Amino acid sequence: MIPNDIQITPDIIRAHGLKPDEYQRILDLIGREPTWTELGIFSAMWNEHCSYKSSKKWLKTLPTKGPRVLIGPGENAGVVDIGDGQAVVFKMESHNHPSFIEPYQGATTGVGGILRDVFTMGARPIAAMNALRFGSPDHPKTRHLVSGVVAGVGGYGNSFGVPTVGGEVEFHPRYNGNCLVNAFAAGLLKSDEIFLSEAKGVGMPVVYLGSKTGRDGMGGATMASAEFDDDSHEKRPTVQVGDPFAEKLLLEASLELMASGAVIAIQDMGAAGLTCSAVEMGAKGNLGLELDLDKVPTREPGMTAYEMMLSESQERMLMVLHPHLEAKAEAIFRKWGLDFAVVGKTTDTLRFVVKHHGEVMADLPIKDLGDQAPEYDRPWIAPTPAPVLDASAVPAPADWRRTLLDLAGSPNQSSRRWVWEQYDHLIQGNTAQRPGGDAAVVRVERPNGGTPKGLAFTCDVTPRYVEADPFEGGKQAIAEAWRNLSAVGALPIAVTDNLNFGNPERPEIMGQFVHALKGVGEACVALDMPIVSGNVSLYNETNGEAILPTPTIGAVGLMDDVTKTVGIGFASDDDVILLIGDTTGWLGRSTYLWEILGREEGAPPPVDLAVEKTNGDFVRTAVIDGRVSAAHDLSQGGLLLGLAEMAMAGKKGARILLPETDVPLHAFLLGEDQGRYLLTASPEDASKLIVDAAMAGVPAVAIGAVGGETLTVGPHLTVSVDDLRQRHESWMPNWMSAA
Amino acid sequence: MKSAVLVFPGINRERDMARAFREVTGVEPIMVWHTETELPDVDVVAVPGGFSYGDYLRCGAIAARSPIIPALKAHAAKGGYVLGVCNGFQILTETGLLPGALMRNASLRFVCREVRLRVDNANTAFTSAYTAGQVIRCPIAHGEGNYFADAETLKRLEGDGRVVFRYCDEAGEITDAANPNGAIDGIAGIVDETGRVLGMMPHPENLIEALQGGIDGRGIFESLGRAA
Repeated sequence: MIPNDIQITPDIIRAHGLKPDEYQRILDLIGREPTWTELGIFSAMWNEHCSYKSSKKWLKTLPTKGPRVLIGPGENAGVVDIGDGQAVVFKMESHNHPSFIEPYQGATTGVGGILRDVFTMGARPIAAMNALRFGSPDHPKTRHLVSGVVAGVGGYGNSFGVPTVGGEVEFHPRYNGNCLVNAFAAGLLKSDEIFLSEAKGVGMPVVYLGSKTGRDGMGGATMASAEFDDDSHEKRPTVQVGDPFAEKLLLEASLELMASGAVIAIQDMGAAGLTCSAVEMGAKGNLGLELDLDKVPTREPGMTAYEMMLSESQERMLMVLHPHLEAKAEAIFRKWGLDFAVVGKTTDTLRFVVKHHGEVMADLPIKDLGDQAPEYDRPWIAPTPAPVLDASAVPAPADWRRTLLDLAGSPNQSSRRWVWEQYDHLIQGNTAQRPGGDAAVVRVERPNGGTPKGLAFTCDVTPRYVEADPFEGGKQAIAEAWRNLSAVGALPIAVTDNLNFGNPERPEIMGQFVHALKGVGEACVALDMPIVSGNVSLYNETNGEAILPTPTIGAVGLMDDVTKTVGIGFASDDDVILLIGDTTGWLGRSTYLWEILGREEGAPPPVDLAVEKTNGDFVRTAVIDGRVSAAHDLSQGGLLLGLAEMAMAGKKGARILLPETDVPLHAFLLGEDQGRYLLTASPEDASKLIVDAAMAGVPAVAIGAVGGETLTVGPHLTVSVDDLRQRHESWMPNWMSAA
Repeated sequence: MKSAVLVFPGINRERDMARAFREVTGVEPIMVWHTETELPDVDVVAVPGGFSYGDYLRCGAIAARSPIIPALKAHAAKGGYVLGVCNGFQILTETGLLPGALMRNASLRFVCREVRLRVDNANTAFTSAYTAGQVIRCPIAHGEGNYFADAETLKRLEGDGRVVFRYCDEAGEITDAANPNGAIDGIAGIVDETGRVLGMMPHPENLIEALQGGIDGRGIFESLGRAA
């Protein structure tokens, strides 16, 4: 056992992920050399993952307020009012580093962590999503990662009992050395019954609940704050092990306990475990906190104070309880078969004191542990946006049918059914739009009856765009989320962001971060979608190569009447197909350019936020008014793939007659201009919609009609919907089974 | 019709099951915690889906040894109805109320999708609202739904018409392609020799309203409503 008074050497400091000047800061702060346990506590609190030391300065610039926002960033999750005394609680968080090292457990604990964040606030989880990014399908590790991560996401969410209703799965060689696992969860609560982490009152019992503390996940947050090299697999012991059964019990017990009125403050033990949760509760409440580690339930004997303070064992909670309701609280936890132990008390000393075997192992100023964490203004270089690529520099397909089949069956555009069929997306019985559409929709019953509301969920980002122009790419991530929500008939109300980037100590990476955030922020302001929660994951690099900059956006929309939603599938023969929005034929960074021609060039499509707003509002209103039978936003693969997706989803063909245009055919069909949608409507409604669109200043043109078993585009292309479906559905299962 | 829904730690479709009873029969079921040793006076006891005890041992094995189980057996013995869905089906086989076992899906993966079921026996208290041979839609969500029983048991099940539901294609044919988990002879649901205990892997409770994409699952609850 390592003694608590060990001599601290530069090697030890480095092993704790602390820089020499950060260690000096510790010395200045406490006026002496830290003990072994104290050094562990500092490393847990001051790493990038927990302290946001590189990103804080820029995160403060994001729009986080709005009339619906009840709780913004800084708590376990954001809370947004949805009327009727109800609120939606949500957040997205990464588990990238652990998932690369140990995909199944990395993914399960990512899902578990985000679910805990949501129910810690008093909400019952109602929906989950997962944005996953992996390396090239050809890379030897990719299949193993996909298989493990998908099984892990399902293994946890299915057992816990939350429907996993949406997400993304993408492949790109720049994720060969670092996969991304961004887990989203949303829950529902009464807006006057929100639970927070701020401790109140001196001498109140601090109670440990849930699973026992073991030696798993030691230093996980510190591991996640560093780059990988060829030996990253050696970090496996830093990955935690998930137990969804324990989490389900913890959920039920916690909600029951909250309803009993015994809870003053609650904080889940996530990254940096007991250390982070205890410090946060005390510091937020301007109180000291004293822990007696002899009382902490442990999985094995002989654990040191250092190990207990740094363990990231899962499914644990810390609460401050009303002393007179302690017995009642304990009975609830015993009923659910969970550990319950009074492990400390709040004090008025503003010190964080940790005792073990009667000895003081750590005694630190509590406010400084969090508030005085180093904060950096890292140097950054403004990225140079890639030059615009003219359509004439991109060859047109020689064989249109083959090109469309290749696109529909490409690694990134093929069906994700193989993935989402492993997720229980129907549990709870509220799923009104299943995976595979623009956004998932979940029913929300009003407390006093009446037509149920709906909440829509989507996650979006196009990292290839962000790489080429972080500012426009950041805007585009928000705009696409706005479109996906609008297309199902939901009003976008708020956003959570999961910012995945490389090493922030490199000025060009920091430049990507700064510009992407600027784009995200501007779009959020323009589209009235405040950011209420989020997470930053830096150091996604291996051997000096960074991932594509990936600011994943999780967005939530509200429907006043859930029954009004429409899907993307062609619904009725002879419905007219309307193209909404302007088409200039933007091929730079397009899916066609990348998936078919293997080129990554040009500037990404620019986003006109005012146009997005106008077009989105028009589409949403048309859906809510019941005037359209299907709606689909146009994104990757442009108009042509959008049409194919609607045909495949509805198992119906269409005849397309392209409008007269100066745009070259291949740019018109495959360009990825923003702010566009496809709608279908009866001929009568379509005529009216075209008139209304003209009045609203929204470009709308009829481009064909639904019907038949083939998708036909003028004289250029005829393909059977069955052939499309076959190619679209087969890529992923074939790839996964080809070993 | 009065009903009860058993709740074991790790069960997670108890609310879905309760909702189906409420929506279809108009009566709120009574939720019964696994440590109880007596059941309320009800016509139907439902054992819902989920992951009782995390499915960390054999699925349903630990739940089948819960304090409430003797009361469940007594309820069945005196002629009460028992409906086990998914984990509930697994629990019923582990208690011995139903024969056979549910193994890992042939794909070795959890699968959530909508399948089609052929009603092979519309002459039970659970299926009278359907017609024999009718093809219904129904969601599944399980990792271990691969039904198996020895040849003798199968012969008895088939001979007595106790196979109530089979996985089938749109035309009602029993094919490998339509079988989501490798269950022998496409078996999705069976009843005991009294016809009063039904176990099935699919989730009729998740397809009872238009919002859920269809109402084919209502028949089970309507049938029970008529029978009780």
